[in-house]
Amino acid sequence: MEYNPFALTGKTILVTGAAGGIGRATSVECARLGAKLILTDINEAGLVETLGLLEGEGHQYLVANLTSQEALDELVAALPQLDGFVSNAGVTKPTPVKFINKEDLERIMGINTFAPIYLTQRLLKKKKFNQNASLVFTVSVGGVYTTAPGNAMYGASKGALQVFVRNVALEGAPRIRCNSVNPGMVNTNLAGRSYSDEDKARDMETYPMKRYGEPRDVALAIVYLLSDASSWVTGHSLIIDGGKTLY
Amino acid sequence: MDINEFIVNFADQFDDTPAENLTPETVFHDLDEYSSIIALSIIAMIDEEYGVALTGNEMKSAVTIQDLFNTVQAKVA
Repeated sequence: MEYNPFALTGKTILVTGAAGGIGRATSVECARLGAKLILTDINEAGLVETLGLLEGEGHQYLVANLTSQEALDELVAALPQLDGFVSNAGVTKPTPVKFINKEDLERIMGINTFAPIYLTQRLLKKKKFNQNASLVFTVSVGGVYTTAPGNAMYGASKGALQVFVRNVALEGAPRIRCNSVNPGMVNTNLAGRSYSDEDKARDMETYPMKRYGEPRDVALAIVYLLSDASSWVTGHSLIIDGGKTLY
Repeated sequence: MDINEFIVNFADQFDDTPAENLTPETVFHDLDEYSSIIALSIIAMIDEEYGVALTGNEMKSAVTIQDLFNTVQAKVA
Protein backbone atom coordinates (compact mmCIF):
# COMPACT_ATOMS: atom_id res chain seq x y z
CA MET A 1 0.00 0.00 0.00
CA GLU A 2 1.43 3.32 -1.08
CA TYR A 3 1.60 6.06 1.54
CA ASN A 4 -0.87 8.85 0.68
CA PRO A 5 -2.22 11.07 3.47
CA PHE A 6 -4.48 12.79 0.92
CA ALA A 7 -6.31 9.60 -0.05
CA LEU A 8 -10.12 9.78 -0.03
CA THR A 9 -10.69 6.02 -0.11
CA GLY A 10 -14.08 5.04 1.26
CA LYS A 11 -15.38 8.61 1.50
CA THR A 12 -18.72 9.61 -0.03
CA ILE A 13 -18.61 13.20 -1.28
CA LEU A 14 -21.35 15.51 -2.57
CA VAL A 15 -20.25 18.17 -5.08
CA THR A 16 -22.53 21.00 -6.22
CA GLY A 17 -21.85 22.83 -9.47
CA ALA A 18 -20.36 19.57 -10.74
CA ALA A 19 -21.29 20.12 -14.41
CA GLY A 20 -18.16 22.09 -15.18
CA GLY A 21 -15.25 24.23 -14.03
CA ILE A 22 -13.91 23.75 -10.50
CA GLY A 23 -16.75 21.37 -9.56
CA ARG A 24 -15.91 19.01 -12.41
CA ALA A 25 -12.15 19.10 -11.76
CA THR A 26 -12.77 18.46 -8.05
CA SER A 27 -14.99 15.47 -8.81
CA VAL A 28 -12.38 14.00 -11.15
CA GLU A 29 -9.57 14.34 -8.58
CA CYS A 30 -11.69 13.01 -5.71
CA ALA A 31 -12.62 9.93 -7.76
CA ARG A 32 -8.96 9.34 -8.63
CA LEU A 33 -8.17 9.38 -4.92
CA GLY A 34 -10.79 6.75 -4.16
CA ALA A 35 -13.93 8.70 -3.22
CA LYS A 36 -17.47 7.86 -4.24
CA LEU A 37 -19.04 10.97 -5.80
CA ILE A 38 -22.55 12.35 -5.84
CA LEU A 39 -22.65 15.10 -8.44
CA THR A 40 -25.32 17.75 -8.56
CA ASP A 41 -26.03 20.70 -10.83
CA ILE A 42 -28.93 22.16 -12.79
CA ASN A 43 -27.20 21.24 -16.07
CA GLU A 44 -27.79 17.52 -16.75
CA ALA A 45 -25.70 17.32 -19.92
CA GLY A 46 -22.71 18.67 -18.01
CA LEU A 47 -23.28 16.19 -15.18
CA VAL A 48 -23.35 13.26 -17.59
CA GLU A 49 -20.07 14.49 -19.07
CA THR A 50 -18.46 14.82 -15.63
CA LEU A 51 -19.71 11.36 -14.62
CA GLY A 52 -18.02 9.93 -17.71
CA LEU A 53 -14.68 11.36 -16.56
CA LEU A 54 -14.72 9.70 -13.14
CA GLU A 55 -12.47 6.77 -12.26
CA GLY A 56 -13.91 3.92 -10.22
CA GLU A 57 -17.44 2.67 -9.59
CA GLY A 58 -20.52 3.72 -7.68
CA HIS A 59 -20.71 7.40 -8.63
CA GLN A 60 -24.06 9.04 -9.37
CA TYR A 61 -25.61 12.35 -10.27
CA LEU A 62 -28.77 14.13 -9.16
CA VAL A 63 -30.10 17.06 -11.19
CA ALA A 64 -31.27 19.84 -8.87
CA ASN A 65 -32.10 23.53 -8.90
CA LEU A 66 -30.58 24.51 -5.57
CA THR A 67 -32.52 27.78 -5.45
CA SER A 68 -35.78 25.86 -4.97
CA GLN A 69 -36.70 24.87 -1.41
CA GLU A 70 -38.61 21.82 -2.67
CA ALA A 71 -35.67 20.72 -4.84
CA LEU A 72 -33.35 21.03 -1.83
CA ASP A 73 -35.66 18.83 0.24
CA GLU A 74 -35.79 16.22 -2.54
CA LEU A 75 -32.03 16.29 -3.03
CA VAL A 76 -31.27 15.85 0.66
CA ALA A 77 -33.85 13.06 0.99
CA ALA A 78 -32.14 11.19 -1.86
CA LEU A 79 -28.63 11.45 -0.37
CA PRO A 80 -26.74 8.75 1.54
CA GLN A 81 -24.52 9.58 4.55
CA LEU A 82 -21.66 11.92 3.57
CA ASP A 83 -17.99 12.24 4.49
CA GLY A 84 -17.48 15.29 2.33
CA PHE A 85 -19.48 18.18 0.87
CA VAL A 86 -18.10 20.58 -1.72
CA SER A 87 -20.34 23.60 -2.21
CA ASN A 88 -19.15 25.00 -5.43
CA ALA A 89 -22.06 26.25 -7.57
CA GLY A 90 -21.70 29.95 -8.34
CA VAL A 91 -22.57 32.67 -10.84
CA THR A 92 -21.67 36.28 -11.50
CA LYS A 93 -22.63 39.19 -13.70
CA PRO A 94 -20.13 42.06 -13.69
CA THR A 95 -22.27 45.16 -13.14
CA PRO A 96 -21.48 48.62 -11.79
CA VAL A 97 -23.33 49.48 -8.58
CA LYS A 98 -25.65 51.98 -10.27
CA PHE A 99 -26.98 49.22 -12.57
CA ILE A 100 -27.70 46.69 -9.82
CA ASN A 101 -31.28 45.44 -10.09
CA LYS A 102 -33.48 43.09 -8.07
CA GLU A 103 -33.48 40.29 -10.63
CA ASP A 104 -29.68 40.05 -10.97
CA LEU A 105 -28.96 40.58 -7.28
CA GLU A 106 -31.49 37.98 -6.17
CA ARG A 107 -30.18 35.47 -8.71
CA ILE A 108 -26.54 35.94 -7.64
CA MET A 109 -27.27 35.93 -3.90
CA GLY A 110 -29.72 33.05 -4.41
CA ILE A 111 -27.17 30.76 -6.06
CA ASN A 112 -23.94 31.90 -4.37
CA THR A 113 -25.15 32.53 -0.84
CA PHE A 114 -28.67 31.36 0.01
CA ALA A 115 -28.50 27.96 -1.74
CA PRO A 116 -25.32 26.83 0.10
CA ILE A 117 -26.77 28.09 3.40
CA TYR A 118 -30.09 26.28 2.97
CA LEU A 119 -28.40 23.12 1.70
CA THR A 120 -25.98 23.03 4.65
CA GLN A 121 -28.85 23.64 7.05
CA ARG A 122 -30.78 20.67 5.66
CA LEU A 123 -27.74 18.37 5.56
CA LEU A 124 -27.15 19.10 9.25
CA LYS A 125 -30.80 18.85 10.25
CA LYS A 126 -31.14 15.49 8.50
CA LYS A 127 -27.87 14.28 10.09
CA LYS A 128 -26.30 13.47 6.75
CA PHE A 129 -22.72 14.00 7.88
CA ASN A 130 -20.64 11.16 9.28
CA GLN A 131 -18.22 11.80 12.15
CA ASN A 132 -15.13 13.68 10.84
CA ALA A 133 -16.90 14.84 7.68
CA SER A 134 -15.35 17.81 5.89
CA LEU A 135 -17.28 20.67 4.31
CA VAL A 136 -15.54 22.84 1.71
CA PHE A 137 -17.04 25.98 0.19
CA THR A 138 -15.69 27.61 -2.95
CA VAL A 139 -15.66 31.26 -1.93
CA SER A 140 -13.31 33.62 -3.81
CA VAL A 141 -10.67 36.22 -3.16
CA GLY A 142 -13.22 38.59 -4.74
CA GLY A 143 -15.32 40.35 -2.13
CA VAL A 144 -13.35 38.85 0.74
CA TYR A 145 -9.81 40.02 -0.07
CA THR A 146 -10.07 42.06 -3.27
CA THR A 147 -12.41 44.48 -4.98
CA ALA A 148 -12.80 45.06 -8.71
CA PRO A 149 -15.02 47.32 -10.83
CA GLY A 150 -18.40 45.70 -11.38
CA ASN A 151 -17.86 43.07 -8.68
CA ALA A 152 -20.18 44.41 -5.95
CA MET A 153 -22.96 41.82 -6.24
CA TYR A 154 -20.60 38.86 -6.54
CA GLY A 155 -18.34 40.22 -3.79
CA ALA A 156 -21.26 40.74 -1.43
CA SER A 157 -22.50 37.19 -2.09
CA LYS A 158 -19.06 35.69 -1.40
CA GLY A 159 -18.37 37.89 1.62
CA ALA A 160 -21.58 36.67 3.21
CA LEU A 161 -20.72 33.07 2.36
CA GLN A 162 -17.29 33.44 3.97
CA VAL A 163 -18.86 34.53 7.25
CA PHE A 164 -21.25 31.58 7.06
CA VAL A 165 -18.31 29.17 6.62
CA ARG A 166 -16.68 30.38 9.83
CA ASN A 167 -19.90 29.99 11.76
CA VAL A 168 -20.48 26.45 10.50
CA ALA A 169 -16.89 25.63 11.50
CA LEU A 170 -17.55 26.81 15.03
CA GLU A 171 -20.91 25.10 15.46
CA GLY A 172 -19.74 21.91 13.73
CA ALA A 173 -16.63 21.33 15.84
CA PRO A 174 -15.45 18.88 17.05
CA ARG A 175 -17.61 16.54 14.98
CA ILE A 176 -17.17 18.02 11.50
CA ARG A 177 -14.82 20.54 9.86
CA CYS A 178 -15.70 23.42 7.56
CA ASN A 179 -13.30 25.46 5.41
CA SER A 180 -13.23 27.50 2.24
CA VAL A 181 -11.02 27.78 -0.79
CA ASN A 182 -10.62 31.31 -2.10
CA PRO A 183 -9.50 31.28 -5.70
CA GLY A 184 -8.39 34.20 -7.82
CA MET A 185 -9.49 34.21 -11.46
CA VAL A 186 -9.73 30.66 -12.79
CA ASN A 187 -10.16 29.63 -16.42
CA THR A 188 -13.83 28.57 -16.32
CA ASN A 189 -17.00 29.91 -17.90
CA LEU A 190 -17.96 31.81 -14.73
CA ALA A 191 -17.24 35.35 -15.92
CA GLY A 192 -18.65 34.55 -19.35
CA ARG A 193 -17.56 36.91 -22.05
CA SER A 194 -17.89 40.22 -20.24
CA TYR A 195 -14.17 40.94 -20.45
CA SER A 196 -12.23 41.28 -23.71
CA ASP A 197 -9.16 39.14 -24.43
CA GLU A 198 -7.05 42.30 -24.15
CA ASP A 199 -8.50 43.11 -20.70
CA LYS A 200 -7.85 39.53 -19.57
CA ALA A 201 -4.23 39.63 -20.77
CA ARG A 202 -3.69 42.90 -18.88
CA ASP A 203 -5.37 41.52 -15.77
CA MET A 204 -3.24 38.37 -15.88
CA GLU A 205 -0.16 40.59 -15.56
CA THR A 206 -1.40 41.63 -12.10
CA TYR A 207 -0.88 38.01 -10.94
CA PRO A 208 2.71 37.43 -9.74
CA MET A 209 2.53 33.90 -11.18
CA LYS A 210 1.60 35.51 -14.54
CA ARG A 211 -1.35 33.28 -15.30
CA TYR A 212 -4.93 32.60 -14.27
CA GLY A 213 -5.64 29.44 -12.33
CA GLU A 214 -6.79 26.16 -13.81
CA PRO A 215 -9.74 24.31 -12.23
CA ARG A 216 -7.33 21.55 -11.11
CA ASP A 217 -5.23 24.07 -9.14
CA VAL A 218 -8.27 24.66 -6.95
CA ALA A 219 -9.49 21.05 -7.03
CA LEU A 220 -6.29 19.78 -5.40
CA ALA A 221 -6.62 22.32 -2.58
CA ILE A 222 -10.19 21.11 -2.04
CA VAL A 223 -8.85 17.54 -1.94
CA TYR A 224 -6.47 18.56 0.86
CA LEU A 225 -9.34 20.05 2.88
CA LEU A 226 -11.52 16.96 2.31
CA SER A 227 -8.77 14.56 3.28
CA ASP A 228 -7.71 13.51 6.76
CA ALA A 229 -4.43 15.37 6.08
CA SER A 230 -6.24 18.54 7.18
CA SER A 231 -7.92 17.03 10.24
CA TRP A 232 -6.81 19.91 12.52
CA VAL A 233 -7.82 22.62 10.02
CA THR A 234 -11.25 24.22 10.42
CA GLY A 235 -12.64 27.69 9.77
CA HIS A 236 -9.75 28.38 7.43
CA SER A 237 -9.90 30.22 4.12
CA LEU A 238 -7.26 28.88 1.76
CA ILE A 239 -6.23 31.50 -0.80
CA ILE A 240 -5.24 30.04 -4.18
CA ASP A 241 -4.58 33.02 -6.40
CA GLY A 242 -1.17 32.90 -8.04
CA GLY A 243 -0.06 35.57 -5.58
CA LYS A 244 -2.72 38.11 -6.60
CA THR A 245 -3.42 39.26 -3.04
CA LEU A 246 0.28 39.84 -2.31
CA TYR A 247 -0.09 43.32 -3.77
CA MET B 1 -32.92 52.38 -32.87
CA ASP B 2 -31.89 56.00 -33.10
CA ILE B 3 -28.24 57.07 -33.01
CA ASN B 4 -28.99 60.38 -31.26
CA GLU B 5 -30.87 58.66 -28.48
CA PHE B 6 -28.06 56.10 -28.26
CA ILE B 7 -25.51 58.90 -27.81
CA VAL B 8 -27.61 60.44 -25.03
CA ASN B 9 -27.69 57.06 -23.23
CA PHE B 10 -23.99 56.59 -23.90
CA ALA B 11 -23.12 60.06 -22.57
CA ASP B 12 -25.16 59.38 -19.46
CA GLN B 13 -22.48 56.90 -18.30
CA PHE B 14 -19.92 59.72 -18.04
CA ASP B 15 -19.79 62.37 -15.31
CA ASP B 16 -17.36 64.90 -16.79
CA THR B 17 -17.82 64.38 -20.53
CA PRO B 18 -20.68 66.55 -21.88
CA ALA B 19 -23.03 64.88 -24.37
CA GLU B 20 -22.39 67.69 -26.88
CA ASN B 21 -18.75 66.55 -27.10
CA LEU B 22 -19.86 63.17 -28.43
CA THR B 23 -20.69 62.42 -32.07
CA PRO B 24 -21.10 59.17 -34.00
CA GLU B 25 -17.45 59.58 -35.07
CA THR B 26 -16.05 59.92 -31.53
CA VAL B 27 -13.28 57.39 -30.83
CA PHE B 28 -14.61 56.65 -27.37
CA HIS B 29 -11.73 54.52 -26.08
CA ASP B 30 -9.57 57.68 -26.30
CA LEU B 31 -11.84 59.82 -24.12
CA ASP B 32 -10.01 61.02 -20.98
CA GLU B 33 -12.77 59.79 -18.70
CA TYR B 34 -13.11 56.34 -20.31
CA SER B 35 -12.28 53.54 -17.85
CA SER B 36 -13.09 49.91 -17.09
CA ILE B 37 -16.01 50.94 -14.86
CA ILE B 38 -17.43 53.17 -17.62
CA ALA B 39 -17.02 50.32 -20.11
CA LEU B 40 -19.00 48.06 -17.75
CA SER B 41 -21.61 50.82 -17.33
CA ILE B 42 -22.02 51.10 -21.09
CA ILE B 43 -22.43 47.30 -21.34
CA ALA B 44 -25.02 47.42 -18.53
CA MET B 45 -26.85 50.38 -20.15
CA ILE B 46 -27.04 48.50 -23.48
CA ASP B 47 -28.40 45.44 -21.65
CA GLU B 48 -31.00 47.56 -19.80
CA GLU B 49 -32.08 49.88 -22.64
CA TYR B 50 -31.77 47.59 -25.67
CA GLY B 51 -31.87 44.07 -24.20
CA VAL B 52 -28.54 43.22 -25.82
CA ALA B 53 -25.74 41.39 -23.99
CA LEU B 54 -22.48 42.73 -25.39
CA THR B 55 -19.22 40.82 -24.98
CA GLY B 56 -15.99 42.46 -23.84
CA ASN B 57 -14.47 41.75 -27.26
CA GLU B 58 -17.36 43.47 -29.07
CA MET B 59 -16.90 46.50 -26.83
CA LYS B 60 -13.18 46.52 -27.53
CA SER B 61 -13.44 46.11 -31.31
CA ALA B 62 -15.85 49.06 -31.70
CA VAL B 63 -13.71 52.12 -32.47
CA THR B 64 -16.34 54.85 -32.75
CA ILE B 65 -19.73 55.31 -31.10
CA GLN B 66 -21.26 54.59 -34.52
CA ASP B 67 -19.42 51.22 -34.60
CA LEU B 68 -20.86 50.35 -31.19
CA PHE B 69 -24.33 51.46 -32.29
CA ASN B 70 -24.06 49.22 -35.38
CA THR B 71 -22.99 46.24 -33.26
CA VAL B 72 -25.94 46.72 -30.91
CA GLN B 73 -28.38 47.27 -33.77
CA ALA B 74 -27.23 44.03 -35.41
CA LYS B 75 -27.95 42.14 -32.19
CA VAL B 76 -31.37 43.64 -31.42
CA ALA B 77 -33.84 40.82 -31.93
